[in-house]
Amino acid sequence: MNSLDSYLFVSAMLFCLGIFGVITRRNAIAVLMGVELILNAANINFIAFSKFNGMNLDGHIFGLLVIVLAAAEAAVALAIIINIYNNMNTINVDDAAELKQ
Amino acid sequence: MAEFVFWFIAALTVMSAAFVVLNNQLIYSAVALLFTLFGIAGLYVFLWADFIAGIQILVYVGGILVLVIFGIMLTNKIRSVRISHKSIQQGVGGVIAFWLFIFLFIALSKAPWLLNDSVEPIGTVREIGILLLTDFLLPFEIISVLLLGALIGAAVLSRGKA
Repeated sequence: MNSLDSYLFVSAMLFCLGIFGVITRRNAIAVLMGVELILNAANINFIAFSKFNGMNLDGHIFGLLVIVLAAAEAAVALAIIINIYNNMNTINVDDAAELKQ
Repeated sequence: MAEFVFWFIAALTVMSAAFVVLNNQLIYSAVALLFTLFGIAGLYVFLWADFIAGIQILVYVGGILVLVIFGIMLTNKIRSVRISHKSIQQGVGGVIAFWLFIFLFIALSKAPWLLNDSVEPIGTVREIGILLLTDFLLPFEIISVLLLGALIGAAVLSRGKA
């Protein structure tokens, strides 16, 4: 029905929007949202190649592992962000540039 | 018809992703991310990946997004829904993202992909379960230990001063 290229097109757009979010946002949680977009774009590629290469389910396993890694990454990143907020009272990633206080 | 639905879902996904990275209210970004994740789950359904679509909604929408909203609530002094946050250097970032997209688009449209025809499966859950316990047993165990370690680490990090 749909060709592989249309999925890759959507995924490339999501990836570039995620990159744009990561490099322009200064709020750490907004940067995290950009990272989620990038991970999802990669995941769409895995699943799309899985379908268009003879329904090879290896791609689904990779997608599953990416989702688990995204969950772990979000949990740890938010814990770090909350710690930064408690110590510095800001979550601007440019202000949190010191290694100790 | 299916073609129309596909492009509708793709447009919804991309437009709400653009809303996530462009608007100035953090809560609105989180809600737009909800629509993006739902749209991606819809794309997975088009790709015959029913199990991954379900996991996407369970983990991303039910878990990660709630975690993100908790993070927003815990790191701002709540006075209203409007928690604004600035973006910097949108011009330079936009140029970089645009040229990256052009590069990716040219690369994707010229690449000679190795494609095989596939038949629609009745369901992927059974095959994924078999693969996870045979060919991918070691990655499965490693990722479960990693998830456990990450969750314990997150709990320890955010516990605060006892």
